[in-house]
Amino acid sequence: MNNSLYNRRRLINAAGLVVSVLAMGFGLFWLCWILWTLLVNGLPALTPAVFSQMTPPPGSSGGLLNAIAGSLAMTLIGTLIGTPIGILAGTFLAEFGQRGWLAPLTRFINDVLLSAPSIVIGMFIYEIYVLKIGHFAGWGGALALALLVIPIVIRTTENMLRLVPVTLREAASALGAPQWKIINFITLRAARAGIITGVMLAIARISGETAPLLFTALNNQFWSSNMNQPMANLPVVIFQFAMSPYDDWQRLAWAGALLITFSVLTLNIMARVLFRQKVASH
Amino acid sequence: MNLENTAKPKIVAKDLNFYYGNDRALKDINLSISEKMVTAFIGPSGCGKSTLLRTFNRMYQLYPKQKATGQILLDGENILDKSRDLNMLRAKIGMVFQKPTPFPMSIYDNIAFGVKLYENLSKNDMDERVEWALRKAALWTEARDKLKHSGTSLSGGQQQRLCIARAIAVKPQVLLLDEPTSALDPISTAHIEKLIDELKEDFTIVIVTHNMQQAARVSDFTAYMYLGDLIEFGDTSTVFTNPKRKETEDYITGRFG
Repeated sequence: MNNSLYNRRRLINAAGLVVSVLAMGFGLFWLCWILWTLLVNGLPALTPAVFSQMTPPPGSSGGLLNAIAGSLAMTLIGTLIGTPIGILAGTFLAEFGQRGWLAPLTRFINDVLLSAPSIVIGMFIYEIYVLKIGHFAGWGGALALALLVIPIVIRTTENMLRLVPVTLREAASALGAPQWKIINFITLRAARAGIITGVMLAIARISGETAPLLFTALNNQFWSSNMNQPMANLPVVIFQFAMSPYDDWQRLAWAGALLITFSVLTLNIMARVLFRQKVASH
Repeated sequence: MNLENTAKPKIVAKDLNFYYGNDRALKDINLSISEKMVTAFIGPSGCGKSTLLRTFNRMYQLYPKQKATGQILLDGENILDKSRDLNMLRAKIGMVFQKPTPFPMSIYDNIAFGVKLYENLSKNDMDERVEWALRKAALWTEARDKLKHSGTSLSGGQQQRLCIARAIAVKPQVLLLDEPTSALDPISTAHIEKLIDELKEDFTIVIVTHNMQQAARVSDFTAYMYLGDLIEFGDTSTVFTNPKRKETEDYITGRFG
């Protein structure tokens, strides 16, 4: 046995490990710093009033209730519009997309949409919807968010369906099951956990989006459950309040930032747990 | 004893050729599968035995680049005829694969899924059918208390018997087994081999296997294939003890393959 060769290999291994750990530490350092700053500034600001009062006029105190409700409403509707379209299109790509020109084209456009800057999506809805109806509206925000959800869900649905072993499809087909039954009862069901994970990650992604809402729902200082009117939402309120000179507003911005970050973190952790359970059960 | 003349042919392949794109994977295959007998296909990897098996239920039709020419007669009717309804063909010819493939649903639903494709049974009749299939597949005692559990919660050998139960629940005439025990441990394998012996009372069985001892144990007829050719076909005892062809003898005695 060649000892010097072996020692060299051990040395390179150790050096690689050290570099990797340092890189991980570098990444984690910033993440922890961000979370720490958020906690330090956000936790004291997270009073019951945040959840029970509306956004205040400058110089007075208030809460974020209308912004929280608006964010929830637009995220929910955006997800409800985007998810079925995404799952159907993703199913088409995975199950019928082996031949022809339509599927590769759709896949390419979807990739473009996936990486499109969200401000472009906001401007697009502004152009085709907000300008047409003449004012900012919650529906516009929900539509813009739906456009962000669709490509993510398409991509995860297609990927998850492709992970379903081909033998499962063959087994169902060998029983004489028609393709629509195979897709509905076998493959989509087998990919369910993965697809739900994708939807949750899409929700996490849109709940922090500011740019598409700035052009569409804008903001509303008061409670509004009318989706046809401008609608308050956390990201735009944070944007506006954080840039203001007022202490009250800045504190509320910290509270809002903390809320969004921890909801996104929770969604991500839930998605991971769900996906891990799915993998473990196979 | 010459079984070949006494048994009625169930499936007859005539001048069967098969192509993966331009590659010819089966070359002018002619053979006859006897009713309610076990026929084994043996041969080294890539010899075309699975390909041949998959022509019997037109499994290849899932893949656009694969095609078969010639004739395969099931009870005298050519099943390669495009006008034949594929799903009705598959109701008559069930298949079990190399890897267990339980559907992502309960044990009960795994079996009911196939039955529901062809029959509209009442809850009671369906319960009976599920029990019948599980008993036939020697899984009833292990599964009777967990019919509502997921099919994937069973062990590998149990999953494979579930797949057999699922295939026979439809009451097919023919069972195609594509290396059904190659992913299983010896005890599960013994279970399944015993099962094959019992199932041939009701079904015509065709089994592809890598394991020559298995072919010798379970089959009445054996076909030895090599590079897409059917080298030798006859009753199992003759093929294993007194092969006509030198190639078969070399493979069986382990000098090749």
